[in-house]
This record gives sequence, C-alpha cells and structure tokens, in this order.
Amino acid sequence: MVDEILTIVLDGAIYASWLFIVALGLTFVFGVLKILNIAHGGIYALGAYSTATLVPIFYSLGMPEQLVILAMLISALAVAIVITPIMERGILRRFYGQDEVLIVLVTYAIYLVLEDVQKLIWGMNSLYVSEPRELLGALEFGSLYYVGYDLALIGLAIFCGLFLWFVLNKTQSGKIVLAVIHNPEISGCMGVNINKVYLAAFFIGAFLAALAGSFTAPLISVQVGISVAVVIESFAVVIIGGLGSIPGAVIGALIIGMARAACVHKLPEAEIFIMYFCMAGMLIFKPKGLFQGAQARKI
Amino acid sequence: MNFFRQCLILMSSILISLLTFVGISNADGHKGFKLGVVTFLSGPAAEPFGVPAWNGGKLFIKLLNEGKVPAPYNKKGFGGMKITAIPIDESGGATKQVQEFRNLVQRDKVDAVLGYVSSGDCMAIPSVADELKALTVLYDCGTPRVFEDASYKYVFRTAAHAAMDNIAIAKYLIEKGHDISSIAGINQNYAWGKDSWKDFSVSVKKLSPSSEIKNELFPKIFSGQYGTEISALMNSKAKVVHSSLWGGDLQSFILQAKPRGLFKRTQVVFSAGDHVMPGLGNKYPEGVILGARGQYGMMAPDTALNKWFYKSYMDEYGVFPAQPPYRMVQGLMGLKMAIEKAMEKNGGKKPNKDEIAAAFKGLEFDSPGGLVQMKLGDGHQAIQPHAIGTTAKDKDGNITVTDIVRYKASCVNPPNGIKAVDWINAGFPGADC
Repeated sequence: MVDEILTIVLDGAIYASWLFIVALGLTFVFGVLKILNIAHGGIYALGAYSTATLVPIFYSLGMPEQLVILAMLISALAVAIVITPIMERGILRRFYGQDEVLIVLVTYAIYLVLEDVQKLIWGMNSLYVSEPRELLGALEFGSLYYVGYDLALIGLAIFCGLFLWFVLNKTQSGKIVLAVIHNPEISGCMGVNINKVYLAAFFIGAFLAALAGSFTAPLISVQVGISVAVVIESFAVVIIGGLGSIPGAVIGALIIGMARAACVHKLPEAEIFIMYFCMAGMLIFKPKGLFQGAQARKI
Repeated sequence: MNFFRQCLILMSSILISLLTFVGISNADGHKGFKLGVVTFLSGPAAEPFGVPAWNGGKLFIKLLNEGKVPAPYNKKGFGGMKITAIPIDESGGATKQVQEFRNLVQRDKVDAVLGYVSSGDCMAIPSVADELKALTVLYDCGTPRVFEDASYKYVFRTAAHAAMDNIAIAKYLIEKGHDISSIAGINQNYAWGKDSWKDFSVSVKKLSPSSEIKNELFPKIFSGQYGTEISALMNSKAKVVHSSLWGGDLQSFILQAKPRGLFKRTQVVFSAGDHVMPGLGNKYPEGVILGARGQYGMMAPDTALNKWFYKSYMDEYGVFPAQPPYRMVQGLMGLKMAIEKAMEKNGGKKPNKDEIAAAFKGLEFDSPGGLVQMKLGDGHQAIQPHAIGTTAKDKDGNITVTDIVRYKASCVNPPNGIKAVDWINAGFPGADC
C-alpha cells in the first residue's frame, strides 16, 4: 500500500513537473502580454527538434557526455533567440490591444506555420535522442526502477519556478515587469520601455516552451504532431491555476499530474477523462482559476 | 455596335460549346485508370504508416505502368490501362475524410479509391462509398467491425482484420510455453486499441481459462508520455503485457519502458510491433513477441514474389519494408486482379465499377505476404496467413526476428458470417491449424 502511494506520488510529480515547465511559459506570456499563445506548442516542438539535431552533433564532436545538458540548453536558447523577434516583433506587436479572439486566431495561424516549418526542415521521419536519458542511471523505489533523468525533471521544474519567482519579485527588472503586468499605461508614463518588457517576457516564455521540448526529446520519438497534446494539457493547467499566475501553474500541474497518476493506478478507465473533469469543475465553480485574484476596475 | 455585340456573343457561345465538347470527349475517352490513394502524409501516423505505405504504393504503381512486375502482375498498369494516382492526406479526422472522399469521386472522377489506415476513417467511409457507388479498397485499417456490423456492395478490404493478430499471439504464447497465468494490456483508447485488447484477452482466457487479467490501460492516442502507465504495468506483476500501440506512441513507449526494465521483468507482446523497427534499429528491445499484421517484412515468406518486392523496396529506399508498404501493395494487387478478371469477362473493355465489384467478390490472389482470400464479409473482407516471432540480436548485434511460427489463414480467422469475438468465445470452432 505504501509502495503504491509512493509510486502514485512519484509518477504524479514527474508528470506534473513536465506539465509545469510547459505551462509556465504559457501563463507568463499571458500574464505580461495578455496573449493566449497557441503557438507555444509549436515552440515546444521546435525545442524538441533542435535538441534531437544538436545532441548527435555534440556527441559526434567527442564532447564529454556530462555536458550534453549544456547542448540541450543551447538548443532551447537558440530556438527562443530565433523565434522571439520573428513572432513578437514581426507579428504579435501589430495586434496588441486588439480583440482577444483575433489574437488567439493569429497565434493559431503561427502554430500551423510552425508545424509546416518542422516538416520543411526535418521532414516526416522521427528523430531519436534517448542518450541523455541514460546519463543519470536508474534508481530503485520500492519494487520499481525510475530513470534518474525523469526524477531530475522535478528538480528542473522547481528551479524554473523558483528562478522566475525570484527574478520577478526580488530584482529591479522583475519589479518593472510586475508594474507592466499591473498597468502598462502608467508604467509607460513612468518611463518604462513597454516594448522591451514585452520582448523580454515573450523571450522567457519561448525559452521555457523550447526548454520543455528539449528535455522531453530524450523521452519520446520526436516527430510532427507532438505539440498537439502539449497545447491542450498546458491550457488545462493554466485554466485550473488561473491565467497568468505562476503559483496557479504549480497547483494546476500538480492537480492534473496527481489525479492522472491516481487514475492510471487505481481507476484506469477514468484516466482519459480526469484532466477534462478537473478543468470543467474549475470552469463551473471558479471560472477564473484558483489563483486569479480580484481585479480592480479601471475608471 | 449591336451587330458586333451579337457576333461576339455568338463566337463566345461557339467557343464555350467547343471547349465543353472537347472536355467531355477527353473524359469519356480516358484510357487510363484514375486512382485516389488516401493515407497519412502528415501528422503522427505519417512517418510510421502513411509515408512508407505510399512509398511502396508509388514504387509498385511505377513498376506496374512500366510492366516490370513479375507474373501474375506482369500486364502493364491495370489490364493495360496506365494508372494515374491522386494521393490525398488522411489526417484531419473522419469528417474531413468523408469530404475528401466526395471530392475524389465527384470532382476528380476517380475510377476507384484505395486507402485508410485509421479504423475511425474505415468506419466512416464505406456507407458514403455505397451511397456514391464508388469502388473503394480499404488497404490497412484493422477494426473487425467494418464488415461484421454492416455489408457494402462497392467496398472491399484486402488485408485481414485485427482479430487475426491477437488470436495468433495468444496461440504463440501457449505453443512456446510462456507463462500466461496473468496478463495486462496497454492499448489506445479508440476502436483499434479496444478491439485488439478484447480479441487478445478473450483468446487467452479461452486457451487458458485460469489466466487472470491484472490491468487494462487505455491511454489516449498520441499521448506520448507513458511513465505512469509503465509503473502501473510493472506494479501489476502480470506475466504478459499486451499492446497494440503503433507509430510514435509505440516508439515512445519502448524508449520510456526499456530503461525501466519492463522488457526484462515481463514478457511483452506487440500485436503490430514490426513497423517501428526500421526507425528504432538497435534501440528495439530483445525478447519481445511481435506480429506484423501479416507475413510481412522480417517475417515474410520465402517466395519469389516476396523476394522481388523486398529487393525492389530496399533498392529504392535503402530500408527494409515493414507492414505498411506490403499492405498497400496487397491492395493494389487485389484491385489489379479484380479489374483484369472483369476485363476477361467483358471482352477486354475498361470495366465499370459494378463489373469490378462483381469480380472482386470472393477473389483470391497471391501477394508478397502470401495468398489473400476475400472470404469474410460475404466476399468483401480478406483473410491471409499470419506469422508471429520474437526479437533477438543476430551475430552482428543487429535486432532481428527469430523463432517465427506461421499460421494458416483459416487457423486464426473466423469463418464467414461469424463475428471474430463470438468465434473466439465459442473456442475457435472449425479452425484449421
């Protein structure tokens, strides 16, 4: 019994960590730019593809295998550096202040374009890059073996969450971002360069999406279509937690991760339904999510 | 001015009439055979299924048009008619596919449609095909329900349904002396996965009534993350884990389960596990029992026709053919045989769809995977021999399939008129093994 509970908690935590890293960027971009970015899934896929491309090159250069994590970080960074000016400066800034539905449609269009970009660059064949997963070996928990890499995802998620929280709350730049979140017009009047803040916020969101893709690549076969489930599940997380809320993303990911793990172990027939059940329940009883506080009305 | 206008209208009318006449003449005088080919060309099912299938189909059509296929397929094209294929992407779901099908039949005026990997699409298309009186060959999908729940005049499936895969695996486990006292399954949550698990679990219970079902998991299709499911399967301590996962889902499951020791701790069986071998290579685990949905790829029979196809595909694409190209070629061979049989009856003219449908019913033809017999569904559904094997490493360290057992079509397929699950429940009456 204890073994089973431990397994559920561990499986739930691993899944929640992955979900959190994906959803963190989505909710942060919404918090700052007020954009529900469906193309987030496309950036995630680009992160996975770039890692699947860069890691074999890294190995072929005879680099020490412990440094492969560096190659994965570089690939995520490269995606964010390329995608941010194109998406934020090139397209999205033309739609700031426009109807939210229009912006969702724009990001959906970008998502479709990114799907085709993947086909154009990498073709239809699957890419495999499972080597980094062997780096940390396996650990025994109860009667089961867990791969060290999967457990390290929990650490990565905690680091990403704490780092973003620290930057936002304990640094001057973070406080400027918070000011922009609170009121972009007054921040602008006080001399804050809103465009720069938007660009930086989008860059962080894109980096987190690509990072999630990079660290997921060793777990899966990287192929066209991997972003579909990611978009849906990360939306579920931010709906439960509240759009734009980082603590909300933590709780949303934990709720979905744990509920899903409990279902797979104890009630498998409900597994496919549980995420939507949590999301629908939240929409009925707390439509703005768990961590969406009261908002002041502007006069 | 009025005169000029009248002249202009008259000349325009004559020109339009002429163009229309030429168009109609061309349509009537079309000597070739227009074939709509529907398979996944994008999305997660493209790389493992759609693209290799179409690669095989494209190559076979090219060789047919050049008359370079060995007997009995050595006549050029279909009965001398040059084949023109119109490939269509199957992604987008059943509603989109119904529209694409209507476009092929009504707009592009194809002579026949060959296609469909998805069981969902195979359930949606046949009623529309009969409504439009469009000759349709289902070449791949697995759900037994297409011809078990309904009958169609213009629809044929040239490959065996999924019941065969799972019955054969259950028999293989018994024959090879594996411990099947407890079983568990991980199958996708839609028609294919549900039907596959039902056929397998009922077959095992029939062959070994004391066998216990420990766990039944149905993750959603294209889920990609199986860590929790792998824990649940390992916790269940089932002696055998069955899966009909395919494509990217199967690849991801293997990549995630292998380092966690699932394949060492339990006997895993994949009912359609061959098609990811070319991609995964040596990452594919040893000791896995697998089927290929027929005698295909590494389990294909040692016949001249298979040797020719295997070599042609290898030469063209540099990789061995797994089940998808075999099944598309099988569909093309069936269609060719039906057309040429109909032409023999009508004096060599291009046959109409009723003549082809009549010739297709109950047809038997050779394929690289063995003899295909249209015996079920009142002559519309194929049965074929099957093979099951176990993965192992060869002397060079490459993954291969060994310990292959072959099953006659009549051993692992129900007789005409009986639903597969009823036949299994009844204890496989009349099975000729």
